[in-house]
Amino acid sequence: MANEATYKPGLWGWLNRRLPIDAFWRSQVSEYYAPKNFNFWYFFGSLALFVLVLQLVTGIFLAMFYKVGENTSFDSVEFIMREVDFGWLLRYLHSTGASAFFLVVYLHMLRAMMYGSYKSPRELLWLFGMVIYLALMAEAFMGYVLPWGNMSFWAATVIINLFGAVPVVGPGLVEWIRGDYGIADATLNRFFSLHVVALPLVLLLLVVLHLVALHEVGSNNPDGIEIKSKKNAKGIPLDGIPFHPYYTVKDIFGVSAFLTLFAIVVFFIPTFADLFLEKANFEPANPLSTPDPISPSWYFTPYYAILRSFPDKSTGAVFMLIAVSAFFFLPWLDRSPVKSIRYRGWIFKTFFTLFVLSFLGLMYLGLQPAQGVYVMLSRICCVPYFLFFALMPFYSRWDPVKPVPERVTFHA
Amino acid sequence: MRKVAAILPALLAPLAIGCMPLAALAAESGEEAAKPVKWEQWQADNSIEDTASLQRGARNFMNYCNGCHALKYERYQRMADDLKIPMDVLQKDLVAPGSNALSYITTSLPAADAANWFGKVPPDLSLITRSKGTDYVYRFLKTFYVDPSTPTGSNNLALPGAAMPAVLSDLSGVYEAVYRQDGDQKVFDHFANIVPGSLTGAQYDDFVRDTVNFLDYVGEPSQIERRTIGIWVVLFLLFLTWLTWLLKKEYWKDVH
Repeated sequence: MANEATYKPGLWGWLNRRLPIDAFWRSQVSEYYAPKNFNFWYFFGSLALFVLVLQLVTGIFLAMFYKVGENTSFDSVEFIMREVDFGWLLRYLHSTGASAFFLVVYLHMLRAMMYGSYKSPRELLWLFGMVIYLALMAEAFMGYVLPWGNMSFWAATVIINLFGAVPVVGPGLVEWIRGDYGIADATLNRFFSLHVVALPLVLLLLVVLHLVALHEVGSNNPDGIEIKSKKNAKGIPLDGIPFHPYYTVKDIFGVSAFLTLFAIVVFFIPTFADLFLEKANFEPANPLSTPDPISPSWYFTPYYAILRSFPDKSTGAVFMLIAVSAFFFLPWLDRSPVKSIRYRGWIFKTFFTLFVLSFLGLMYLGLQPAQGVYVMLSRICCVPYFLFFALMPFYSRWDPVKPVPERVTFHA
Repeated sequence: MRKVAAILPALLAPLAIGCMPLAALAAESGEEAAKPVKWEQWQADNSIEDTASLQRGARNFMNYCNGCHALKYERYQRMADDLKIPMDVLQKDLVAPGSNALSYITTSLPAADAANWFGKVPPDLSLITRSKGTDYVYRFLKTFYVDPSTPTGSNNLALPGAAMPAVLSDLSGVYEAVYRQDGDQKVFDHFANIVPGSLTGAQYDDFVRDTVNFLDYVGEPSQIERRTIGIWVVLFLLFLTWLTWLLKKEYWKDVH
């Protein structure tokens, strides 16, 4: 806390005596020390924040023209695409933004797993991140239903029916979620409410908690070394640099580079070969005509492939739940004395590589029809996926780790 | 950064290897026998940049399609602006009686009658190229053939059992499907012309291509504007990325 003597004179001082603007800026930004050895993978946190803001802003404008209702939703989206000035741009920014959000979040999570950022003292930071990921999945799913295209309708049908696998209360639960005996106007209306009010509030709150927790424990780094353990006489970490201006300028560059790639998609390939906007969703919702095949958006397909790998829906749903929730337990499953993959041994590296490949494999397979060889390959991919988590307490301990250096690796 | 470079190939190499048998397996499981029609022979190859083709397509649509099919999301005025159609031509030749330039392009066929006559209401075509693709529409208009077993007397390869009659046969001519024996299956081989149309084969191909091109435009009228703006946006962002890179480098000089 700054004392009376440090306040500037005039209005700024008057303000700061009543609201800790300067103190906050110093403690959280200009005198928040981050490790100086961040690499490429450390762009994705600030990019996720940027995409969140992009989604909020474009979403606010879309909601000015979107008309929720089973008879109006589809038409109003086309109205936005055709008659609202730059409505097509708003819609493509928002639809591409949804996919970009998952891309950066997946890379952000991959980074955390590579460098052991979930390990003590960052367990809670990781848990907040995982809850953000879950909330993001709910947000994306409900947003996907809003255009009320045929894939919206059938994806909603498939996903909501999954809750029917819950023992005893399953069928009643499905009806309660839908608010009707089928996916209908009531479902669409509540999804709109959740998508534009409830979940964005939850997401924002979680992001604040995620950042507060991050700034309390300090960032991890590619070497997995706690920079706070080596400080100079003033108490500043020897390997730390102030977040501002060093990481603010670096992240501004990251956002610019990201925006360039993002704009290429928005302006030239907005449907992204049927991955970001599917053909079937340019037909209005039709309960009498099922798109073939029904597949969820690409960011859900790893779990969808796991669901379909089991002949019985309830078993599949249980394993899908395990596949998502296993990430929550990583801080306690990992018994390795080192954090970063740089100093881990071949056993961890092998399990980790196989896990990443199986995740990508399942992502691809979830987009294919559930037949023959695709189901077989999904089952094969499930093995390394689950073994990565299940055997982690053992292999992470047996792993021949390398000595961790005293100071971070940095080449100016 | 160097560490990332070291990890990436390690991550990607097995992926590339993993995909090879995957592709091979997928090819093996493909149903060779169930796909006898060579769809590649009918490709739209249309170009949104070709305004003259779009104008011809608009004319074709109004003359041959609009009797039954609407474009309910497109206004006449918007079409004229985007396709550079002069207002007097629009008013005189394209706007349907009872409509004006600001109207949406509807059809005068009452839905109830249509359902009665064809068994289903002819679909609105505003988004047909977005939901089915341009190649599909091209194939549909190219593959009508005589089939006495259907109520319309014709059938379609791209949409078997199509409710729509072969309304363009005056232009295309009338075709018969010729089959060949493949094992114990009768499969489609080619079309044989039995009554010549008023257009030659190549002229009819162009007629269909222009029409599909127009429908492609109607599917997303902003696509012309989108690409034009996009080039400038991307160029600006490349410049911005370069500037911010220089800024970053300047600041990071102090970090040792």
